[in-house]
Formats: sequence, C-alpha cells, structure tokens
Amino acid sequence: MFAQTFDYTAPKTLDEAVKLIGGGAKALAGGMSLIPMMKLRLAAPEHLVDLGRIKDLNYIREEGGALHLGATATHYDVESSALVRSKCPLLAETAAAIGDVQVRNMGTLGGSVAHADPSADYPAALQALEAKIVLRGANGDRTVSAADFFVDAFTTSLGEGEIVREVIVPIDSSGASYQKAPQPASGFAMVGIAARVKKAGGKVTEARIGVTGLTNSSFRATAAEKALEGTGGSPADIQKAAALVAQGADANSDIHASADYRKHLAGVYAGRALSAAIGRAS
Amino acid sequence: MKINLTINKKRYSHDVEPRLLLVHYLRETVGLTGTHTGCETSLCGACTVELDGKAVKSCTMFAVQADGANVTTIEGIASDGKLHRVQEAFWNEHGLQCGFCTPGMIMASKQIIDRNGTPSEAEIRHGLEGNLCRCTGYQHIVNAVKAAAAAGR
Amino acid sequence: MATTITKTETLVGKRIRRREDPRLITGTATYVEDIQLPGMHYAAIVRSPHGAAKIRSIDTKAAAAAPGVAAVFTGKDTEKVGPVPCGASLPDLRVPHHYILAIDRVYFVGHPVAVVVATDRYLARDAADLIEIDYEVLQAVADPEKALAPGAPAVHPEWPDNTAFNYHQEGGDIDKAFAEADVVVKQRITSQRLVPNAMETRGVVAEWRGADRQLNLYTSTQIPHLVRTLVAGMLGLEENRMRVIAPEVGGGFGSKLNVYAEEALMGFVSMKIGKPVKWIESRRENFLTTIHGRGHVDYYEVAAKKDGTILGIKLKIIQDLGAYHQLLTPAIPTLSVLMMPGIYRARNIRADIVGVFTNCVPTDAYRGAGRPEATHGIERMVDILADEIGMDPVEIRRKNFVTNEEFPYPTATGLIYDSGNYAAPLDKAIGIVDYAKVRQEQAEARKQGRLLGVGLSTYGEICAMGPSPATPAGGWESATVKIEPSGKVTVMTGSCHHGQGEETTFAQIAADELGVDIDDILVVRGDTAIVQYGIGTFGSRGTAIGGTALYFALQDLKAKVKVFGAMLLESDDVSFSGGQVICNKTGKTKALAEVAGASYRAMKLPPNTEPGLLATHFWEPPNFTFPFGAHIVLTEVHKDTGNITIRRYIAVDDCGNIINPLIVDGQVHGGVAQGLGQALWEQAVYDDNGQLITGEYMDYTMPRAHMMPWIENDHTITPTNVNPLGVKGVGEAGTIGCSPAVVNSVVDALSHLGVRHIDMPLTPEKIWKLANAGGNN
Repeated sequence: MFAQTFDYTAPKTLDEAVKLIGGGAKALAGGMSLIPMMKLRLAAPEHLVDLGRIKDLNYIREEGGALHLGATATHYDVESSALVRSKCPLLAETAAAIGDVQVRNMGTLGGSVAHADPSADYPAALQALEAKIVLRGANGDRTVSAADFFVDAFTTSLGEGEIVREVIVPIDSSGASYQKAPQPASGFAMVGIAARVKKAGGKVTEARIGVTGLTNSSFRATAAEKALEGTGGSPADIQKAAALVAQGADANSDIHASADYRKHLAGVYAGRALSAAIGRAS
Repeated sequence: MKINLTINKKRYSHDVEPRLLLVHYLRETVGLTGTHTGCETSLCGACTVELDGKAVKSCTMFAVQADGANVTTIEGIASDGKLHRVQEAFWNEHGLQCGFCTPGMIMASKQIIDRNGTPSEAEIRHGLEGNLCRCTGYQHIVNAVKAAAAAGR
Repeated sequence: MATTITKTETLVGKRIRRREDPRLITGTATYVEDIQLPGMHYAAIVRSPHGAAKIRSIDTKAAAAAPGVAAVFTGKDTEKVGPVPCGASLPDLRVPHHYILAIDRVYFVGHPVAVVVATDRYLARDAADLIEIDYEVLQAVADPEKALAPGAPAVHPEWPDNTAFNYHQEGGDIDKAFAEADVVVKQRITSQRLVPNAMETRGVVAEWRGADRQLNLYTSTQIPHLVRTLVAGMLGLEENRMRVIAPEVGGGFGSKLNVYAEEALMGFVSMKIGKPVKWIESRRENFLTTIHGRGHVDYYEVAAKKDGTILGIKLKIIQDLGAYHQLLTPAIPTLSVLMMPGIYRARNIRADIVGVFTNCVPTDAYRGAGRPEATHGIERMVDILADEIGMDPVEIRRKNFVTNEEFPYPTATGLIYDSGNYAAPLDKAIGIVDYAKVRQEQAEARKQGRLLGVGLSTYGEICAMGPSPATPAGGWESATVKIEPSGKVTVMTGSCHHGQGEETTFAQIAADELGVDIDDILVVRGDTAIVQYGIGTFGSRGTAIGGTALYFALQDLKAKVKVFGAMLLESDDVSFSGGQVICNKTGKTKALAEVAGASYRAMKLPPNTEPGLLATHFWEPPNFTFPFGAHIVLTEVHKDTGNITIRRYIAVDDCGNIINPLIVDGQVHGGVAQGLGQALWEQAVYDDNGQLITGEYMDYTMPRAHMMPWIENDHTITPTNVNPLGVKGVGEAGTIGCSPAVVNSVVDALSHLGVRHIDMPLTPEKIWKLANAGGNN
C-alpha cells in the first residue's frame, strides 16, 4: 500500500526528462503498472520522472501518410480519437480492450509499450501494424520496429537512458480486428490476436497477425500470415492459417490457462480476428 | 513538495511527500474520507475520483501527479444541497448495500452518463468493469445508472 | 424502483428506499479507517512468508530505531495475551493454542509475527521492512486429503495425523435403506475454498484511556458485543471497561463474524504505548489472513428406488480447517450435515466429518456457512440420480419433496422444518422459464451441435441462527425501544447490520406498530456502550430474530403507552392506534408525544408504573426458520473456448413474509452473484508450499458487472410460525440456491457427452476439455 520514498521531478520538456533519465531516473507515465508495483514494494525507483507534463509527448497526429502517437497519449485518447478511429481503427479497438475505464483514462500508450507486459494488448496490434517505435535518448531519436522492440517479458530494446517518444502506425486500406480472451480476474490478455489483411481481386494480398499473451513476448505469426496470403480468405483458408498461429510457440501456463489451452485459444481467436479483418478488408 | 490543486471547487495547497498517494492525500491531508481504498492493485475502483473530468483510481496515482489539477470527489458532486442525479438514482434503485464501494461506483457511473446519455445495459456493465461490489450483484446498480441517464435527458 | 410513502400507510411490505443511504451516497459515512483520534499511531504487521517454518530469531533493533517508530512487539511480548478463541465445541476437539503473534513457529502464509507502531502509516511500513526474521522453512501441507495421507507433514507436531476431530451422525436406519435400494449413486463433490472479500477490509482502532481504565475498540465486525466479551478476556481486562464500536461496516459475509488476533493485538499495543493505534488490513492481508469459506471434499452416496424415491444418504466430509480454529471453524461442516437431506423426504442418513488441519488460513463462516456445501451436494446428487434412472430432474424433485401436510417436519438430521410449500416456487420458476419449451429448444440445438443446458436447484436452508442451545454464544437477540419525551422513537438493536438495511426494515416495523411517521424513528446499533448486549448479524438472523425482539419490545412499550394514555384520558377502556391512545367510550385521543411527555414529567403516575417509556426485550427463538426456493439456469457452453453463457437466470425464493421487497431483491441478487462466483470463477488455490497463488484481484476472479447475467427474481410467500412477523430470512438464499443450479445446467449441457459431474469453479479450460472429450473431470 505504501511505496518507498523517492525523488520526484516533473519536467516540462523532453530534453530535460531525457537528461534525468540518463542520470538513472525512472520514467513515470500513467503509472498503471509501475505504481501498483511500487505500492507492493516490488519496484523501488529512487527517482521518478513524471512525463505527464511534457506537452511534446501528448499528441495524436497524421503526418506523412502515417499516424504519430505521442507516448503519453492515454488509452482513452487513442480509443476515442476520431483520427485513430478513422485512419487506424485497429489501434482504437485495441485501446478500448485494455483494462477498465479508469485505467484507460490514465494509462498511456508509451507506458504500456515500455513496460512490455507479456499480456498487454497493444503489442499484438503494434506487431500486426508493423508499427515503428521512436525512442529518445541522449543522442537523439532512433526508430525501432515493433518486432525488434519487444524482446521478452518486461524486456524491450530500450537502451539505458532512453524513453519511448512516439509510436508510428501506417495508414492504409487494410481491414483489421483485435480479438482477445481476457484473463477473467485481471482483464489482461490470456491471448490476444490482432489481424490486418489487405485484399485485391478477391485474394488476400497481405496478412499480418500479431499475437500477445501466448508467450513471454508478443510476436508476428508469420507462418500463418504466409498460409493466408494468396488465398481467397474463405472460412477454410482462415481456419488453416489460424491453426498455424501457435505452432511451435513456447506458450505460457498459469492457473487460468495451461499452455495447451492457450495455444488452442490462440487458434480460435486468430480465426475470429482474421474473419473480422477479411470482412472489413473487402 | 508543494502542490496546488482544486478539489470540489475549492483551492488547496500542501507540502507533500512524493510517495503520498492521491487517495491518502484526499482522505488524510484534506479530510475527505468519502473516497475509499479496497485493494492495492488498481482493480476494485473504490477510490475512483474525477481528475480534470476523467474518472481515475486515486490509489494508483501520487498526489504530486495531481498538482494543478481539478479533482472532484464523492463529496463534491451534490450541489446547493441537491443530490447529483446519480446519487439520487442509487438511493431510489437500492444501488448499494454496505456502501463501501458506493462512492467509487457513483463516480464511475457518473463518467458513463457524462460520456453517453443513453447507455445500454451492456454499455453500463462495460463501464463498471473497473469497480467491484460484493453486495448487490450489480443489478440495482445497473438500474440506477439507467435511471440517472434518463433523469439527465 | 422505490415507491414514495405517505404518512398513514402501513410500511411493512413496501418497497421503500433505505434510510441509511444518504450518508453512504454522499461519502459522509464513517468506517473504521475514517476514524481519526488525537495522537493516532499506525500499526504495520510483519507476517510469515512461509506456509510452515520455525522461527530461529527475530531482530527488531533496526526497526525500533527507524524514524517515527514508537514500538515494536513480537510474540514474546504478547505471549500472555489469551489465545484467539474458538467458540465451537465438539467431542474430543483438538484446539491448538492460537497466540496473537507467533512464538517460535509459523503455521500459514500471513501468520502474524511482529507489529511495528509508528506515527505514520508509511513510516510503519518502512520500518516493517527492517525487521529480520530467520526462518527454518519446513514442509507445508495445504491440501486436506494430502494432509490425511500417511507420512504427511504435521501442521501441529503434537497431532501428526492432522486430524482436529471426527464427527459422526446417523438418523433412521441407513444400512437397511442401502440394502433395500434398487440403485445407489456415488460421487465425490468438492466445494472449493473461497475468499469472502468484503469490499471494506478488516480494520481496528484501539484507544486506551489509562486514567479511566477504559479501552475503546473500533472494529469492522458483525458481532461487537461478542468481540467485547472475548477480546476483554484475551487482554485480561474487565468487560465493562471495554467499549466496542462497529461503525459503518463495509460488508462481512461471515468474515467479520469472528474475533481476530489483530483486535486483541491493537488493544494490547494501545495499552502499552498509551496512544490510540490504527491498523487497516491491506487487500493482500485480507486474502491471506481473514477467514476463508467452504473448503470441502465430500463423498456422497445416495440410495434410491427405481421410481426415484430417495431412501438414504451417506456423506463423508473432509473439511479443510486451516491451521487454527477461528471462532466457529469446526462447527461449520456440522451445519452441512444438518442440511444434507435438503427438502427431500430422506429418512435415513449417515454423516462423517473429518476436520483436517492444513497450513492455510482457517476456514469459517462465509455466506451460507455449511448450507451451500450441503445444498450443492444434495442438488447435484439428485440430478445424478435422475440421470442414472432416466428421470426428469423436475419430476424426481417433486417425487421426493416433503409435502405440505407434513409440516412441522422432523428431519433425519434432527431438525424440525417449520413450514413449506416446496412445489410452489418450482411451479412458478417453471412457468417463468417455460420448462417444456426450453427442453425442446435444447433438443433442437443439440442436433445442430450447440450445447444448451437447463439446470435447477430446489433448495432449502437454515435461517434465523438460531436457538441458543444450537449456538455457541447464545442465539437470541435483543432490542430496546425508547419513546423520548418529545415522542420521537429510538430503537437500539443488538443486531449489527452492515448493508442489510435494518435501519429501514426495523423502522418500518416500529413505525407500523406505533403508528408514527418513519422519520420519527432512529435505529441505533453497533456500540456496546449504547446498546444492550446483543449477538449480531449473521446466519440470516437480523430480521427473523432481531426484528422479532424489536416486535416484542414494541408490544411491551405499547402496553405501557396505553397505561399512561388511560391515565391521561381518565378511562379504563383505551386502545392504541395511529400513533394515539383513544378512549373507546368517548373517542377522545392523546397523541403519543403528549403521552410520552407526561410519562417523563411524571406529575402523576399510574398505579405500579415507573416513569418513562422504555422497553427491552431479549427474544429467544423456539426454532430455526427454513426458507426454500427454486432457481433455474439456462446456459450455453461454447465448444470452441469452453466459455459459458448464462442465457437466463430465474430465482424464485420463499423467505416467508417480506418487510421490504426492494431490500429482499437486493439480497437475492447479491447472493446469486456470490453463488455464481463460486460456480464459475472464484477459487483460493494454495500450492504445495502453502502459498496462496490466487491471493490478489489479479488472479482471484471476482464477479464484475459485465460478467453477471440479468437475474429474473420472484417470490412465493409461506410465512413461518416461529416468529410473529412470519419472516424467515434471505441473506444467504441466493448463494445457496445458485451454485448447484449453475453446475446442473452445465452438466446438463454436456450430459450427452457422458459428463456426469464437474467440480467448481467451471473454468473455461475445464469445460473446453470436457466439451471436446466428454467424461468426468
């Protein structure tokens, strides 16, 4: 219930924040994961840098044919943004599936991404969208693909002193859907599947499938993607592809779902996500 | 650390430790004990307050994060001696039993109808996902939110 | 929605909104955590991280020297405080000495070992981290059946068989019943450990006023007077020097029908440091250290005739007690035995209970306390029997119901059922759901590969706990009614409602009896310095016993009002109604306020009459009450995920007369939510080391708004003659009726696949496996 003591700074500029974080401070965004851990004393940072007052991090805008979402855009911002809903509905749909109203009002895209909870919802969508994650460190920005960013449970390719600055997702004509089997107690994804499909001439020309919850890190189900591409996207095609989503996955197991059941669910939810995505693609 | 904020339309200024949770600040420093804590993991919603118009869990926020903000608690939603329509509806519909979750439940319900004047039963239930009640089975709460929404139309 | 009321109407039976709500909806109610006293200190408790360990040493030096710390205490300091009490008695019961802080050994994760007291909660918590405890970790045992196996680790070394008691009960001739049976069905049925999860955790504020030799203890409890008697005893304090206040209590569900180590510990600490001290349980502590419910492994055998007539029931209960006995721990499974025939004419029973120690937090009363387990068992067994002989679940129930002519009905377990009309709620529920139609739908859906289930339970339960001979601390209840000089009425009840709405229902009763406006009545409870001794609120006893005590106190008071009224009217023929005393000859009246004023001014007194208007009644019930009902649940099982959809939930309950239907509906809804919680989601799971792996809301699945079905609830009314109000009680009915109806429905959905029984909770993975493979789990 009571965190250990720490110093707190709430800089107004990104540069100032990066400097403090470079000096060993821990970034605080919405705090939806970090603060409970601090209260339970599972985390005890000595210095918190609150990113909440940096205006430069809180935006959602269209730029150069892509959507740019600042790190402190809240899940509610993403879920309710007219821009996101029209240009990248998959991301809005995913944001709406996170936690509960209060969590979505406070929790941020950047915070969720940086925390890299293996059961978080966003990573599935970001994998399927082939999103780019822009990191800011002492030496400026660098851009990492979602596939390279999510390394392992609670582990990303964020370097020492770096913070997530923004997420860039493409705007295109694909159909997409996020389907999730929530862990019944916490609402986190036991399995979450984001599917994004492009169709032309009655054929699936491109399929992207992002998977979360199943293993220690989100990933793209490339075998399933390949299996679907070039097909007509019939229910049988979908089923064939969906069955490949969990193939070879080193699935997590806990009291809510064994590895086998998780893998099975991944197939079921992949089927649902793909059907919806294909339906929306045409 | 010095913080200045507005709570229930009144200005407050205090020197607080960074680790002081907003809920403890409200309850112990300001003396507004209507906001409750029911868990440590941000999953019960008893501590729900409004921060700049958004329902948030005040147990998962440090008071320093609310510096400069406009906070509304359960004590601040009635005006001129008249209950807020969500309060009135909870009373009429028997939307509470032990009352412990009620302040948070009312604040979450207020968020629902502030954002959607005609919520369906499913939308109401979805909007209450972050709030636990062990007494009512939620049915009378759903009725209360429906009634409050209707009263606002 | 609540109706508005006019002054002259009678109020009993009306759907009126609650009188306690204004403070609760405005955030101005006072729970324990809201109490602030000058000089308040705060306690943090250091608890065992191990299921079983010896304590080699405890080093408190760094903690004692930490900022803000006033004191640190360990088991050595509190050794002389009396043990946490067990109020239940059974023959040859083994009762471990339950120290308030561990001495040299810990028995479960969460076992309190030390307490740090500081000027601030954050500082107390900081200092708690500085206490170093050297443990020698021992092998724990957390599963009751494993604990009974030869060679299992001994929870208490002095009792290597881990057996706290064996209990045996028989009625009729069970061997003959089984010898005459055409069919015997057997099933192992578990009722998993559950965490009560009142939304307000426990909390205690203790304030020692040394100069007055007075200890004030604010505690979130259902039983303030019993806490006073027992905690005073633990602390060696005279009972009249202790005042227990249960302020607003944020739910209990049985978990606060107890006396906990922390209540005595805070008293001890305050007496030592001479300052008030506050301890508020965290949710994590609540999961680990507040009692759990259920924890049964039951072995059932039912003997029957081919035509479905039940001849006899054998039941063996393995009760997971946890590491200690809390207030009623060993008594809970005996309630299951009492209830084991359900509402069926089963004349022959044999029951055995083995009470087993495990390295877990104790089990005790949780909503229904023993009756949900028994009802779940018999209602499952009736379905299993019906399946075995190819009979419809409705018909087999009708065949075995105790009939209306048989009341009062003596059961094979030694109870006397007061009144009943068991077919009535079943008929009503069947009518609501259109049973024939849903069976037809089910058959058609099955052809298309959809798995629809229809499940019912026709439950009975024991309420109004209970006659004193059947209750450890007295089963009566008390009420005092005062009519103040101005005619305003104060009711002081020994009940201790904590969400049940008795400030409203009791005011309804009093307003009707006295003929006064409900606004003229104040209901007070929960303070031992104000209210006469009482028992408390649990076991669906509030209205049936507390309300009845109030009713009788009101009769006494009315008689006295009439005596004063007669004097004022100078008449020997008066009546009392509509809030006034009326001379039956002249029609002249005296309003209650006038009579009350005269009774206190006492210028003139009637012969042999004391001044004032006050009456106290302690009411001893002659029997329990036995409500009943029928729940029908329609489910769909999704084969691809194992998810279960509740398509409809119909609850028809008969709790006798109803004082306030709005409140009764709320009780049913909440009860059903907890029954569904057990049936589908909740489970306290300990691993082999005694770690509670569902010990947070992250992993313990609580029913939430979006998970709950719409509950269609209705009632039939069969009054009891046990009390003059005709009320039976309804606090636990929803829970008791629910879980078997849900499981019966899901088993029904899968029955054609060979599924005959599924243990709770019906998690999707379990159901997915069964739906795709069949067989038993």
